[in-house]
Amino acid sequence: MKDSNLLVKNARIIDPSTGIEKTGDILIAEGQISKIGKDISKTGVTAIDASGLIACPGFVDLHCHLRQPGYEDKETIATGAAAAAHGGYTTICCMPNTNPPLDNAAVVSHVRDIAAREAPFITILPVGCITGGRAGRELADMTELAGAGCVGFSDDGSPVSNARIMSLAMQNAAVLDLPIIDHCEDLDLSAGGHMHDGWVAVRLGLKGIPAAAEETMVARDIALCELTGARLHATHISTRGSVELVRNAKQRGLKVTCDVTPHNLTLTHEQVMKATADPRTALAYDTNARVNPPLRSSADIDALIQGIMDGTIDAIATDHAPHTIEEKLCEFENALSGIIGFETAFGVLMALVHTGRISLNTLLLCLTAGPARVLKSAAGTLIPGARADLALVDTEHEWTVDVKDFLSKGRNTPYDGCKLKGMVVATISGGRLSYRHNSLRIS
Amino acid sequence: MSLSEPGPGAAIRETLPGPSIDFWKHRHVLDLDDFSRDETDLVFEIAEGMVEILDRDVKKVPTLRGKTIATIFFEPSTRTRASFELAAKYLGADTISLDSAKSSVAKGESLIDSLRTLQALEVDAIIMRHPCSGAPYIAARHLDTSIINAGDGCHAHPSQGLLDIFTMKQQLGDLKGRKAIIIGDIMHSRVARSNIWGTRHYGMKLVLCAPPTLIPRGLTEMLEKCSLDHVTIEHNLDTAIENADIVMPLRLQKERQQSGLISNLREYIQGYQVNLKRLAGAKPDVLVMHPGPMNEGAEISHEVAYGTRSLIEQQVTNGVAVRMALLYLIAGGKNR
Repeated sequence: MKDSNLLVKNARIIDPSTGIEKTGDILIAEGQISKIGKDISKTGVTAIDASGLIACPGFVDLHCHLRQPGYEDKETIATGAAAAAHGGYTTICCMPNTNPPLDNAAVVSHVRDIAAREAPFITILPVGCITGGRAGRELADMTELAGAGCVGFSDDGSPVSNARIMSLAMQNAAVLDLPIIDHCEDLDLSAGGHMHDGWVAVRLGLKGIPAAAEETMVARDIALCELTGARLHATHISTRGSVELVRNAKQRGLKVTCDVTPHNLTLTHEQVMKATADPRTALAYDTNARVNPPLRSSADIDALIQGIMDGTIDAIATDHAPHTIEEKLCEFENALSGIIGFETAFGVLMALVHTGRISLNTLLLCLTAGPARVLKSAAGTLIPGARADLALVDTEHEWTVDVKDFLSKGRNTPYDGCKLKGMVVATISGGRLSYRHNSLRIS
Repeated sequence: MSLSEPGPGAAIRETLPGPSIDFWKHRHVLDLDDFSRDETDLVFEIAEGMVEILDRDVKKVPTLRGKTIATIFFEPSTRTRASFELAAKYLGADTISLDSAKSSVAKGESLIDSLRTLQALEVDAIIMRHPCSGAPYIAARHLDTSIINAGDGCHAHPSQGLLDIFTMKQQLGDLKGRKAIIIGDIMHSRVARSNIWGTRHYGMKLVLCAPPTLIPRGLTEMLEKCSLDHVTIEHNLDTAIENADIVMPLRLQKERQQSGLISNLREYIQGYQVNLKRLAGAKPDVLVMHPGPMNEGAEISHEVAYGTRSLIEQQVTNGVAVRMALLYLIAGGKNR
C-alpha cells in the first residue's frame, strides 16, 4: 500500500502551534501536509475515517533512551522507535548515555545511520554529550557534535558538577544556538539515595533524594544561563521548588525552558510502597517505581500541574528508560532507575484531562509545539508544507495496560495493569502510517 | 488451620501445650507493622514457655522434629544467626546455613535465584538477613516458603523488636505509661523502626533521641501518617532521659563519622553516651538495654553495660526464646 498520499477525513483537528481547532479533513501528499479544510475530496489516495478522533501534530519527545549502541538487551533503535510510534511520537531526542556515549561525531553518525536504516519512519534527533565520556571533566567537541546533527547537549544522569566546566559548555552552546539539556541533580546531596526524601523513604528504610538536590542544581544552571546567555533546558524537573525557579527565570527573560515526565505528573512516592495485589506482602518495594528524579509528593505534583497550566513548563517528555527484567527483578536498592514511557504517555496523561486538572489543548501543546519550540524545530505543527507528522487519538477509548503488548523491549512500568482512558489510534510519520491500531478505519 | 486436627499439628500440640494459635495468620514474619496486639501477645506467651525450656538441663524438645530451617545471611552476623540457629535446634529442627560470601551469590546469583534454590530443597522456613531494605518482601512475593526477616537494611528487625518488648514486659509487667528512649543512629536503625511499630500496642511512650543528622528528615511526617503518636523526637539526651524507665542506646558505627553525620566521637560521647552520670537523670530503677553489638566507650560506658541496671545479657537469652516462639508459629503448624 502506497500511503504517502493520505486523506484524513472528519477529524477534530487540534494544532497548538497555530491555535487551529476545527473539524475537517487533512490531505497529505508527498510526505507533507498539503491542505486542511472541509470536505476535501481526492481520488487515488488512502482515506482514513477519523470521525470521533482527534488529529494533532505527531508527538515530540525531548528525552528518551534508545540504548543503542551498547545496551541492546534493554532496547534498540528499532524497538524504541516502534514503541515511540505506538505512542504517537514522530520526533524523539535520544540521550547520549550509550556505550560508547555520544561524545564524538563518529558515534553520532553511527546512531543516525542505524536510525535511517532501521527506523526511517520516525525522526530521531541525537543529543550529544557535554563532556567526554560524560565524566564531567573535559568538554566534548561540541562544534563537531553539532555538525554531526546533535540538537542539544546533555550528560544526562551524570550531570556536570563543576560549575566552571558547565559555564564553558554553555558559552559554546550559546554560539551554536543549541540548548544545554540538564538533568539537574547535586550528586553529593543525592548520594546513595533511592527514592524521594519523605515519609515513605523513612517507612521503608530507604535513603532519600531531597528535592533540594534538584533545586540547587536548577538554581545554579539558571545563574550560569544568565552568565553565558545560553539556552538552558532543565529536563524532567520534579519538584515545586524547581517550578518556582524556572518560573522566576522566565519572568526575568532568561532563555530557560523545562519539561516534566508523565510519571512525575501522575504518581507519588507512595507508589514505591503501594500494596500489591498479593496479600502475602504488605509493602511493595516496587522497583518499577524507582526512577531518577524520583516520584515525589502530591504537593510537588500540584506545583508541576500549575507550571503546565501557566506555561512555566514547556513540554512533557517521557524519559523512556528501558531496562531488562533482571535489572528490575532485584532488591530495590540494587534496581536501576527508569520507567518506560512511550506507550503509556498519552493514556496516562489523559487522566489529568479527564479529571479536569489540565485542558486537552494544553496537554497537546506540551506534547507537540511546546517541545518543538525548545528545539527550535520545524516539527510539531500541521501548517501546510510541514512534514506530515500526525497522531490520531481517541480521548475516550478505555484500555488496560499490558506490558506484553508493548513494542519496546522494556517492561519496567508501574502502570502495568492500569486502566487508562485515551489511546493513540494511529501515527503518521512523514506521510506514512508508522502505527495503526486495528480499529482504524481505512478505505 | 487448626491444631485440633490430627496430623503433624496435633503432634506438635502434644509436645508443647500452650495457648490456642488458631488466629495466627502470618505466613511470614517481615516486620511488626502488621502484628496485632493479640498476635504480639501470643508470641510473648509462647516465648514464656520457651524460657522455661531454656532453663532446663536438657533443652531440646521435639516440637519441630523433621522440619528444616534454613538461614541465609547476605550480611555478616554472629549474634542473630546463632540465636536463630539455637532456637531451631532446641525445637528439634534440622538447620542449614548459607553464607552469602561463600555461596553462589558471590558468583553473581540473584537474590531470588538463591532463595528459590532453598525452596526447591524443601526447607520449611527461610531466615534471611540482607543489607538491602525490603529484600525479604521481594523474597516473600516470589516464594511460597515462609520468610523470617532477620534484619533488612535500615528497615526492620522484627525478632529484635519482639525480644526487646518481651524483655521490657518481663521486667516491668504492664508497660502502660512507661517511657523508653532509643538513643543514637535512628536513621540507619532497623531495630529502632521495629521497636516503633512493636511498642504501639502497649500504651507506652517511646522517645527517639539523636543529633539531628542521625534522624531521617521525613520521620515526623512518617509518624503522623502512620498514626504512631506514642513516639516523639528529642535531640537533647538530658531532657529525654527524665523519668525514663528504659534506656536503649544504639551502636554507633565508625562510618557515621567518616560520612560527616557526626563531627567526632568526643562530641557524640559528650552529648549522647549513656553513662552513670546520665542515668542519674532517669528513674532510679531505670533499665538499660542494647541490641548489640556494643561499642563500649562510645554509645555506652562499660560501667553501665555491665552494671546492675543492665538487661543486655537477658536480652540475648530472651532472643532465643522469642525466636523459638516465632519458629513454632511459622514452621510448627500444618501446611505452613
